[in-house]
Amino acid sequence: METIHKKINFNKPERKPSSEGNFYKPLNNEIGPGMNERIQKLRRQSFEAEPALSIERALIETEFYKKNYGKYSIPVLRSLNFMEICKKKSIYLGDGELIVGERGPKPKAVPTFPELTCHSVEDLHVLNTRNLQRYTISQEDIDTYKKEVIPFWKGKTIRDRIFEHVPETWKRAYEAGIFTEFMEQRAPGHTALDGKIYKKGMLDFKKEIEEHINNLDFLNDPEATDKKEQLSGMAIACDAAILFAERHADEAERQAEKETDPKRKEELKKIAEVCRWVPAHAPRNFWEAIQMYWFVHLGTITELNGWDAMNPGHFDQHLEPFYEKEIAEGTLTREEAKELLSCFWIKVNNHPAPPKVGITAKESGTYNDFTNINIGGVKSDGSDGVSEVSYIMLEIIEELHILQPGNSVHISSRTPDRFLKEACKVIRQGHGYPSVFNPDIYIPEMLRQGKSVEDAREGGCSGCIEVGAFGKEAYILTGYLNVPKILEITLNNGIDPVTGKRAGIESGDPRTFKNFEQLYSAFLKQLNYIIDQKIKVSNYIDRMFAKESPATFLSVVIDDCISKGKDYYNGGPRYNTNYIQCTGLGTVTDSLSVLKKHVFEEMTFRMDDLLHATEKNFKGEEILRQTIINNTPFYGNDDDYADAIALRVYDDLFDAIDGKPNIKGGSYHLNMLSTTCHVYFGKVMGASPNGRFAFKSISDGTSPSHGCDINGPSSVIKSLTKLDQVKSGGTLLNQRFLPSLLKRDEDIMKLGKLIRTYFALGGHHIQFNIVDTATLYAAQENPEEYKDLLVRMAGYSDYFNDMNKDLQQEVIERTENESF
Amino acid sequence: MKQQSLIFDIKKYAINDGPGIRLTVFFKGCNLSCEWCHNPESISPKVQKMYTASKCIGAVKCIENCPNDALKMTSEGIVTDYNVCNFCGICAEVCPAKAFEMLGKFMPVEELMKVIDNEAAFFDQSGGGVSFSGGEPLMHADYLLQILKACGKRYYHRVVDTTAFAKTETLLEVAKHTELFLIDLKVMDDKKHKRYTGVSNKKIHKNITELAKTDVEIIFRIPLIKGVNDSNDNIIATAEFMNSLDGSRKVINLLPYHKVAENKHKKLGTPENFILFEAPEENRIEEIIQLFDQYGIKASVGG
Repeated sequence: METIHKKINFNKPERKPSSEGNFYKPLNNEIGPGMNERIQKLRRQSFEAEPALSIERALIETEFYKKNYGKYSIPVLRSLNFMEICKKKSIYLGDGELIVGERGPKPKAVPTFPELTCHSVEDLHVLNTRNLQRYTISQEDIDTYKKEVIPFWKGKTIRDRIFEHVPETWKRAYEAGIFTEFMEQRAPGHTALDGKIYKKGMLDFKKEIEEHINNLDFLNDPEATDKKEQLSGMAIACDAAILFAERHADEAERQAEKETDPKRKEELKKIAEVCRWVPAHAPRNFWEAIQMYWFVHLGTITELNGWDAMNPGHFDQHLEPFYEKEIAEGTLTREEAKELLSCFWIKVNNHPAPPKVGITAKESGTYNDFTNINIGGVKSDGSDGVSEVSYIMLEIIEELHILQPGNSVHISSRTPDRFLKEACKVIRQGHGYPSVFNPDIYIPEMLRQGKSVEDAREGGCSGCIEVGAFGKEAYILTGYLNVPKILEITLNNGIDPVTGKRAGIESGDPRTFKNFEQLYSAFLKQLNYIIDQKIKVSNYIDRMFAKESPATFLSVVIDDCISKGKDYYNGGPRYNTNYIQCTGLGTVTDSLSVLKKHVFEEMTFRMDDLLHATEKNFKGEEILRQTIINNTPFYGNDDDYADAIALRVYDDLFDAIDGKPNIKGGSYHLNMLSTTCHVYFGKVMGASPNGRFAFKSISDGTSPSHGCDINGPSSVIKSLTKLDQVKSGGTLLNQRFLPSLLKRDEDIMKLGKLIRTYFALGGHHIQFNIVDTATLYAAQENPEEYKDLLVRMAGYSDYFNDMNKDLQQEVIERTENESF
Repeated sequence: MKQQSLIFDIKKYAINDGPGIRLTVFFKGCNLSCEWCHNPESISPKVQKMYTASKCIGAVKCIENCPNDALKMTSEGIVTDYNVCNFCGICAEVCPAKAFEMLGKFMPVEELMKVIDNEAAFFDQSGGGVSFSGGEPLMHADYLLQILKACGKRYYHRVVDTTAFAKTETLLEVAKHTELFLIDLKVMDDKKHKRYTGVSNKKIHKNITELAKTDVEIIFRIPLIKGVNDSNDNIIATAEFMNSLDGSRKVINLLPYHKVAENKHKKLGTPENFILFEAPEENRIEEIIQLFDQYGIKASVGG
């Protein structure tokens, strides 16, 4: 009898990729896409450049620290270190470029940040040789690193110091995979800018800083000295950014002199002119505005490697006045504007994320550094933010389909249908971009957190789905929380069944629980314990960064660091938020639903039977597993039984996290984000009560468990909107659509209306993968032909062929919405 | 008055059965039996069951629990002896893997309205509503009218997808509570119509002619099947019939044949009933669109 189903191939659909009318076409063009030859060439160069590690920054910095550590206050030291890098790093100005500047010595050359985390020789070897997310580095550079860099930083890095400090209870939970800690790998980040850098240059900021230094009250203010050091550092950082730009102007002039092509000669002269003007002064035109942002972007990611790089925020809104003015004056054409923006797009793509250190170097991640361009939305006065620049950006996304920058459209009730439709057309292409956000929900999210209405409207999403007040907030992601794992240890009285080690507290033997409420309250006990463990250490790390690694340059462009005289990491921003990102709502809800219905209410089986079955990874327990899968209400089907559990867990996560004070005068808030962490979290977990096999991915963000939403997208939406999403700082919904659902023109607007409905009901974010299963299998088999197949992960897009098998499988298994 | 009816499926985010985002209710039972029917499970007005071999895990709870000993394990999975099976549904109830599923459910009006109301937000945003398909919804006219009236009270847009093979007064009564009809013009030649669908099209055409005198919207559909209804003669006859109708009835959707029914027949245990047809080639479909156009009729694929 066992043989019956073995004959059947469950996975592979019979149809061919083309038979579904797929919109994805494998790359077959020689030069590749782009609006003109320049963009095609630059794109191809960027696409084909292999990510490499550059040790230049580490060498400059190590040398600097050797000579200067101890001579200055920390903020001044950090600023001088930044200045030193701006002064000494190689300048790259590539052929045909219009927007200039690289963090490394060439495109896709990524520096290291040994002051935070120092890669070991083994790390470097792993990075150089692994198949996915490889970063090349020469043996010579590894040797130099071993000799010059590693010995100096050993034991002194922020990461070393964190791990020295953390309590045993934290370590146990961390090692069990109950949570991750963002700040042990990179500097705290998640930053997006508002419009101030288009109105003020570095010289203006410097003037403000100096005024604040002059006004310091050394008589009465006990913090005056600290403030002076901080502000002095910030002034130095302004000079460093100007110097960095000047060096690009010099290089452009040098190239112009030698250039024989008169057209390129003129371009180089223009580049020099632009770089002499910004970022020292406020930009005067479209070109300068883009270059202004790009220098600030480079400054922040050179100074430190904050998570999610840097974001321009509402870039279309910032550029619109320059665009409109120049179009009216006749000094800029639409094509020229699009070309400059395309150049910018490619620049962002040239900057892969800095690689992690330690054991995680072996795990795959992504090259994506999560810059996210917000398009559309509302302006700070509440009016519609869509402009011609927004449409140009959509065209670029569709034409270039490169990994970075990430991008999102923001659809408020004021956003015109025309913009929504154009955006849906791009979504239909199946590159996973853009994702879709709802300002009508995220603005109240920010208001609830205490922001002014203007600041909230100026805000949006950076990175994946997290919201913040652009240009005025430090909203730090502290790490992911593996909520299903908390249930797993609850079912094992605090022990991690995968390792057999203690990971939580003793909350009782579940076999003795009389009813569901007993079980649930044990789960809550573990949850609160774990969250407190996490917050304690996050606070410690926060303080460490504030004291040891202030971000003086970033502080210049975030309100109110200058007027407070405080660093971005030290409560300088107007708003200071720490998020804990909770993952696996679908898995934990479905598991609780199984326990509630089958163990406690209908007594289909006993707790002991279920625990034995999960322990054996359901081996020999297929009847039990099928009973679970087919006869339990699961989240994502507009079924109140399951959805009530999801809502309860969500509310309890909120209660456990929201409002807990951080050490910067702000507080912790709830976020429902997963990125790719649900795959890692699945790997540290045994089988779960919802029928999920051991080590398989858990559910992402607030999406239903894979394959469990069987009633189509409208039911998923109904389930998700039972959560009061305004209480979060972001929720995440992934939907896979088959291309056949988007064949006709009218289908596109139906997709738009599906989005509108989700948003009218209170949804925060939704994103789509429009690729059919057959295409994904074809891409797995013939990676060469599908080199540029981008698919949507949880919160960002990635190249399918850059993902490991687990991630690929997870994309394939995501319920596809077919044949409605 | 009968308060409940047989429904075999309810589809949400239905985008092919009228304007906007819709919910489509599929009634069980049809008085035609088109050989190409892609919903063969809709034809019988009785409860049926489906068996999906790929879902079967060999738990054999169905065999153990069948009161009529109608089930047998074979190398192809579980096989039902339909001579003894009385469709009691116990096999579906005890199957942990949902390899057996019963088709057809009596749903009281209130219960169905609850399901429909749950989707109202999607109708509101998209200008969508509820579609009634089948099977033949007009076979359940009393029930259908109650539902249509309840939907009308809530301002939901209503579509009835019908063969128009019904009593004329029934059709006209339903039309009072319907915004849009989707009606098949399967094949114009009556002999062929009888051969392939089991009924004459005379009544159907008379009904359509009457319906066209009202101000209800009608979109026609033609399931395009090679060698059955894709000839110039049939297309011209179809176009001429449409042009003979009152009001402006100029829209027809072309639905090229696809063979989804094959798998469904297998699951229903009636593989012998599956007859393979073919869709016309793409360029032929293009020619058909052009031909309709010459008669002032807007034809497009899909819908």
